[in-house]
Amino acid sequence: MSEHLLSIVLFTPLAGMLVLLLLPGSNKNLIRIWANIAAAAGFLVSLPLVFRFDKNAEGFQMVERYDWIPALGVKYYLGIDGISLLLVMLTTLLGFLAILSSWSAIDRHLKAYYAMFLLQQTGMIGVFISLDFFLFYVFWEVVLVPMYFIIGVWGGPRKLYAAIKFFLYTLAGSVLMLLGILTLYFQHFEQHGFYTFEISELLKLDMPLALERWVFWAFFIGFAIKVPMFPFHTWLPDAHTEAPTAGSVILAAILLKMGTYGFLRFSLPLLPKASIDPWIVQVMAALSIVAIIYGALVSLMQDDWKRLVAFSSVSHLGFCTLGIFALNPNGIAGSVIQQINHGISTGMLFLIVGVAYERRHTRMISEYGGLAHVMPNFSFVFAFAMLSSAGLPLLNGFVGEFTILQGAFETNRAWAAFAVTGVILGAAYLLWLYQRTMLGQITNPKNLRLPDLNLREWAVFLPFMAWALWIGVYPKPYFEVLEKPVAQLVERVRPDYFAQHALAVQAPAPGAVEAGER
Amino acid sequence: MQHLWLIPALPLAGFLVNGIFGRRVSKGVINLVAIGSVALSFVWVLKTLAALGPLETPHVERYFTWIESGILSVPVEFAVDRLTAVMLLVVTGVGLLIHIYSIGYMGHEGGYHRFFAFMNLFMFFMLTLVLANNYLLMFVGWEGVGLSSYLLIGFYFLRKSATTAANKAFIVNRIGDFGFSLAMFLMVVRLGGLDFPRVFSAAQAMPRETDPGLLTLIALLLFVGATGKSAQIPLYVWLPDAMEGPTPVSALIHAATMVTAGVYMIARSAPLYQQAPIAMDVVAVVGLATAFVAATIGLTQFDIKKVFAYSTVSQLGYMMLAVGVGAYAGGIFHLVTHAFFKALLFLGAGSVIHALAGEQDLRKMGGLRRKIPVTFATLVCAGVAIAGIPPFSGFFSKDEILLAAHHHAPWLYWVGVLTAAMTAFYVFRAIFLAFFGDYQGEHHPHESPPSMLGPLVVLAAFSLAGGFLPVSRFLEPLFPAGEAHHDPALVVVSVIAGLLGLGLAWYLYVARRGLADRIAARLGALYQVVYNKYFVDELYNAAIVQPVVKGSEALLWRRMDAGVIDGAVNGIASRARAIGAVLRLMQSGNIRSYAAWVLMGSVVALIALGFSGGAR
Repeated sequence: MSEHLLSIVLFTPLAGMLVLLLLPGSNKNLIRIWANIAAAAGFLVSLPLVFRFDKNAEGFQMVERYDWIPALGVKYYLGIDGISLLLVMLTTLLGFLAILSSWSAIDRHLKAYYAMFLLQQTGMIGVFISLDFFLFYVFWEVVLVPMYFIIGVWGGPRKLYAAIKFFLYTLAGSVLMLLGILTLYFQHFEQHGFYTFEISELLKLDMPLALERWVFWAFFIGFAIKVPMFPFHTWLPDAHTEAPTAGSVILAAILLKMGTYGFLRFSLPLLPKASIDPWIVQVMAALSIVAIIYGALVSLMQDDWKRLVAFSSVSHLGFCTLGIFALNPNGIAGSVIQQINHGISTGMLFLIVGVAYERRHTRMISEYGGLAHVMPNFSFVFAFAMLSSAGLPLLNGFVGEFTILQGAFETNRAWAAFAVTGVILGAAYLLWLYQRTMLGQITNPKNLRLPDLNLREWAVFLPFMAWALWIGVYPKPYFEVLEKPVAQLVERVRPDYFAQHALAVQAPAPGAVEAGER
Repeated sequence: MQHLWLIPALPLAGFLVNGIFGRRVSKGVINLVAIGSVALSFVWVLKTLAALGPLETPHVERYFTWIESGILSVPVEFAVDRLTAVMLLVVTGVGLLIHIYSIGYMGHEGGYHRFFAFMNLFMFFMLTLVLANNYLLMFVGWEGVGLSSYLLIGFYFLRKSATTAANKAFIVNRIGDFGFSLAMFLMVVRLGGLDFPRVFSAAQAMPRETDPGLLTLIALLLFVGATGKSAQIPLYVWLPDAMEGPTPVSALIHAATMVTAGVYMIARSAPLYQQAPIAMDVVAVVGLATAFVAATIGLTQFDIKKVFAYSTVSQLGYMMLAVGVGAYAGGIFHLVTHAFFKALLFLGAGSVIHALAGEQDLRKMGGLRRKIPVTFATLVCAGVAIAGIPPFSGFFSKDEILLAAHHHAPWLYWVGVLTAAMTAFYVFRAIFLAFFGDYQGEHHPHESPPSMLGPLVVLAAFSLAGGFLPVSRFLEPLFPAGEAHHDPALVVVSVIAGLLGLGLAWYLYVARRGLADRIAARLGALYQVVYNKYFVDELYNAAIVQPVVKGSEALLWRRMDAGVIDGAVNGIASRARAIGAVLRLMQSGNIRSYAAWVLMGSVVALIALGFSGGAR
């Protein structure tokens, strides 16, 4: 059993879905209960990953490797490193919490709804643990379908526009990415004489810079649309705003991370020369910084609560991509941690909109105001999420933001200086939102009798809050898990980085010394 | 191990208990938890300091590694040296008194448990700030006190003005933190870390920068942070608005402790600033300018809390002047005496407001000295202390600053003396307006309960006699030695300036009531400009806030996002639809024709694969 741990984690949600399909559709509570059980099981079976993970091991762990389509050289090849581990845990936990949060929010086509979520779980986990590019691509596309239906069937008034926009945007991206993948595939055949999609094999490619650049841009379109990076972000506000709450949570918390993960797993290691190309790095950093500031400014002006949170995602993901293209340990480690953080904070913020929406069926900020009177617990949870998102020290957001900015500063002072303004604006749009929705007198009589959080809602929020505190107060385990893969990445892209730093700084971190001597 | 962590952890526990259970328990329990936790923290400070003795060297305790990544390594580490010792005593001591005072003041307010929970949270962060042994941990406290300040300014969250003031405080402080953050990034990259000992020894190993260089840049960036937290030009604008919070909050956070964090931070960074004389000059000049400008505004305000708020800004400017001219010990000494007399001024003002059921306008007071005599007496004690009348506390600390300023550059001294005269004037103007003449309001003033008067009396005693505390002598070994300069003539001049201010206030507001209004009318536009705080808020609004808001809405969102980008996307989509219309001809709905298409597609794919080398 234990050597198939990753497969078990991968297929538990899918198995849950298959059983779900056999249940009688008329019994709504049975479907709800089963879906929650399956999602909880998905989380529980992923827990051993944490305990069995060896933070000191090089390369990938818990590897499973079998032939799948021998004719094409496609393998069923799974494995995780620290980056995958964190994203998988984010997926299994948040997937469960998102399903739990849907209990009373969804009342139509329950079976299909939960089936889509469970299918999506398998797809997302697959993306984060595939070590074969073809397999990765399959999961990448699998994810697209359930989210399309989740938005298109259970979404808000403009759900069809949003769903189709989401679908076409991402599809366009993945087609270009596929071209990039095929280029690598054929290049590998030319250089080494056999066809394979295995990442470990593709790493051995040695391509001219010009070709690497082309492939980089092909991947870039695919990943940048997913992240989304400016200016490919306009599907996001629509998709987020129209999606049902749980869909928004998954979309923000996990789906977007597929893009940043793609950069980390594929663009950087497979295309090291292009990734360090000054022109490309400058463009990436510039787009990230524009996203940070632009996303925050546009967020400031939204009158739709959910759309505001959606635009804030653009800003936050800008930090993540900036960290990646700082191309140093702090930037990349900070970026991964910030990806987790964004999942937690923005996931909470969407759930909060959902709680209000379920009670009032409107997302307009002007419809609210003074909720702190009638819903004190809710206002506390919202304040907590706001502070976590705004990067208050001792909560998660600060740790990620600070390390990213430190990394960006190491590479280019101006980047950090511009990006820090995003931190200021981040406080501004969140505090203003909070003031307009929670504080002041209740001006709308419809808000006078809103019930505060119930137990199930508390059960959804508490894990988020606990996780946010953990990362904020004691992030050390996260940095430890990330140390090896991040050092590997940096070394791959900048082979001289650690050697230089051992000289430049009097006493570098122990990890840096080791890597420098290797 | 002295278990320093207990000092902030006790109020944190108080915060958690009152925050979670406060709604369900009686006021007595809330008081016990909130005040008990601060009292225990105070006791623990005393016990620790007694155990540590004269503190010739700092006592350091390391708990765990917080962040370890790349070249960044930040432990959670607390340290106590003499500077921290002074700060700990002030924060827990004055904090305790204000907590006790709050029992009476907040007795009739809703959200009682919330108030005390937030106050305890503030204590936790403030104590973390002063105990931290590296910049990042200090920044944790720094941001945390900002949060507590936000929560407490917006305590009356029904009032829009309160929540707006809270937002303003938080955001303006974030602007300051921009500098603090960049300073930290620089230290990590160029000085090899954020631990105080490491940063300071690295700085001292570098030559003193007579031309601007790395250390000057770091020092200036840190100072940007300090201008936010300690309300200096140009970021002072949040502090007067912060008076929207309950008065004990104004006393504790926005007078005695939090706002002095910037001064503390610069004094803490003295080894760094010593190497950057240009940065020190900037600190001194900005401090003095703030002291002067805020004092002029204080001359004209009629809201009793606003008068004291501008006074706080002004006095913080004094402290900045002190650290800027290298009189670190003097600056901290003034921080201590200011904590006594300014906390007293605010708590006294709170007692007045409490007596008048919420009235804050000085023009609606008057004649209160017979009605609330204890409050009156204690406020006079604070007044003589801040006015620099010997032998009261403010005289000693202010004197030290002015002499050091004179030694640095005489003009600093003269502006400082002028400011001192204005200080004496505006404080006694407020006292005379409130307590002399005839009562102008319609309430029935009543003296405050003992729980409020007790802290007033204690603070009054410290305001009067606090000048004899040997704070400067205790701190001096910590800082680069300045030359001893004592010039009796300069001392006499500054005392006369204080007395003149006091006398003028007496003349205008007691002896010749009404004369002040006529003078104000004669001054016309000048008076209006000062009365309206030089229109700085309006200027910021027009120059920064409105462009950001309007630009984001019209330009970025409507034009860029919805117009350009989505326009392009939808354009591509409609073109695709046109192509799709052609392709639709293939979709006949006939299953057999679909099968044919699939077959043809597969054949094409296979041929393509064959041409490109074939699959093995």
